[in-house]
Amino acid sequence: MNLLALREFSYWMVHYRRSWRGTIVVNVLNPLLFLLAMGAGLGRLVDRHTAPDTLHGVAFLAFFAPGLLAAATMQNAVTVSTGSVFMAARPGGSYRNATAGPLDTDDVLAGHMLFMAFRIATSALCFVVALLCFPSLRTIGLLWLVPAALLTGLAFAAPLAAWSATLETRQPMNNVFRFVIMPMYMFSGVFFPVDQIPVVLRAVVYATPLWHGTELCRGIFLGNASQAAVLGHTAYLAALTVLGLALARRTYRRRLFA
Amino acid sequence: MTRALLLVERNLMIYRYTWAMLAAEVLEPVLYLLSIGVGVGALVGSVPGLDDPGITYAQFVAPALLATAAMNGAMNETSFGAFFKLRFERTYDTMVTTPLTVRDIALGETAWALLRGAFASGGFLAIVAVLGYARSPWILLAVPGAAVVGFAFAAAGLAVATFLRNTHDFQLIQLVMLPMFLFATTFFPVSVYPRPVQVFVECLPLYHAIQLLREPALGHVGLALLPSLAYLLAFGALSLVIALPRLRRALLA
Repeated sequence: MNLLALREFSYWMVHYRRSWRGTIVVNVLNPLLFLLAMGAGLGRLVDRHTAPDTLHGVAFLAFFAPGLLAAATMQNAVTVSTGSVFMAARPGGSYRNATAGPLDTDDVLAGHMLFMAFRIATSALCFVVALLCFPSLRTIGLLWLVPAALLTGLAFAAPLAAWSATLETRQPMNNVFRFVIMPMYMFSGVFFPVDQIPVVLRAVVYATPLWHGTELCRGIFLGNASQAAVLGHTAYLAALTVLGLALARRTYRRRLFA
Repeated sequence: MTRALLLVERNLMIYRYTWAMLAAEVLEPVLYLLSIGVGVGALVGSVPGLDDPGITYAQFVAPALLATAAMNGAMNETSFGAFFKLRFERTYDTMVTTPLTVRDIALGETAWALLRGAFASGGFLAIVAVLGYARSPWILLAVPGAAVVGFAFAAAGLAVATFLRNTHDFQLIQLVMLPMFLFATTFFPVSVYPRPVQVFVECLPLYHAIQLLREPALGHVGLALLPSLAYLLAFGALSLVIALPRLRRALLA
């Protein structure tokens, strides 16, 4: 990355200056509402019936909160890495304008990815602030949640950006959101432990990046993960990020210089 | 009224190309049912505050998800859909130059959204039945029930669409819809709240939508359903009364 990438970054920041208030409200309120309804409300019903052993030895709220962070981060990552990349990469989009000047496609990619990382990290930070509303969740593990969430988000954002740059219409993005992201959201161990899922399907769950993100965030937050597990999840998510970036370099170059 | 049906026909023709949206509308509540109803349900056990302890959590949640699906289907169609047709695609501006009146447009869009809500809920209901989460055969009343829910929220969405200024305002809709989805007894009975909160929840339109579908689904059919039915019909009618003059102003003034 060089200084030219920062110009692309500042382009997205100028855009964002107009709408950041709304996104902050949504980024804090959404998790807060989910935590209240699912964690505290539904959690009361769960804790009456289920022993904490099933949930890593904690109450449902503490089990659910780090998982929800991973899931919300995935959603944010999808939001910032699909539509805007698609629009910018289209003929007449902002990538075209940028690459007509001194910026290379790699600068455009690096600058935009930097902005995505910024959005993912700030959203995760908002989430952690929302967690502070629950006295039982104020632990030292909170601080480590932001980098864990950032890595989870990048593992989605980089491959999705690579893919979005190749699209001609919006339709495939909507389908991915409905038929890939949404099922992942529901079944990657965010809401309930994955050992409830039949063995065959569990293999699919273990392959999803959200499961690794959830396990990473939960393990760090609860402080009960083994070093090997943390390393494994981190390596998986980092590999996906690197792969996504490598692919994006290719798809950006093809799309913009075709 | 027959002219309003032309609008329904138009939307139906367009739907041939966006069927994936409808499939997603059926799929989403199924995912919620399997994940929260069954997955978290295994952690919840029986639901407190119900007269029959034999009712499983999935059976309790399924009709509420149905009501939510009918609400979202109808509301998305009119609020987001009508906003785009009104401000960007200018579909309605084209329509009013034909024999269609603004009233035909409003009724047609509402009828279409209602139809879509009923269709999506019919699909979801079939899946619920196949998976064995139907408690009582009265759950079949959910289909006309979902049509009423669809009407109420389609009309509300149309009224909301006339107030939207730009696409950023969509977030404001979400800011109302999400808490309502989470707290209007979708996932736990109203008895978990303290009394003042209960009163507030009982004023929400989604609460009545859920009551209208959940009570028969759990085998309770009776006059107790009438207030919820009346609430939803009045809510829809009032929304149309608000939407019509505003639409007329937006299109003809």
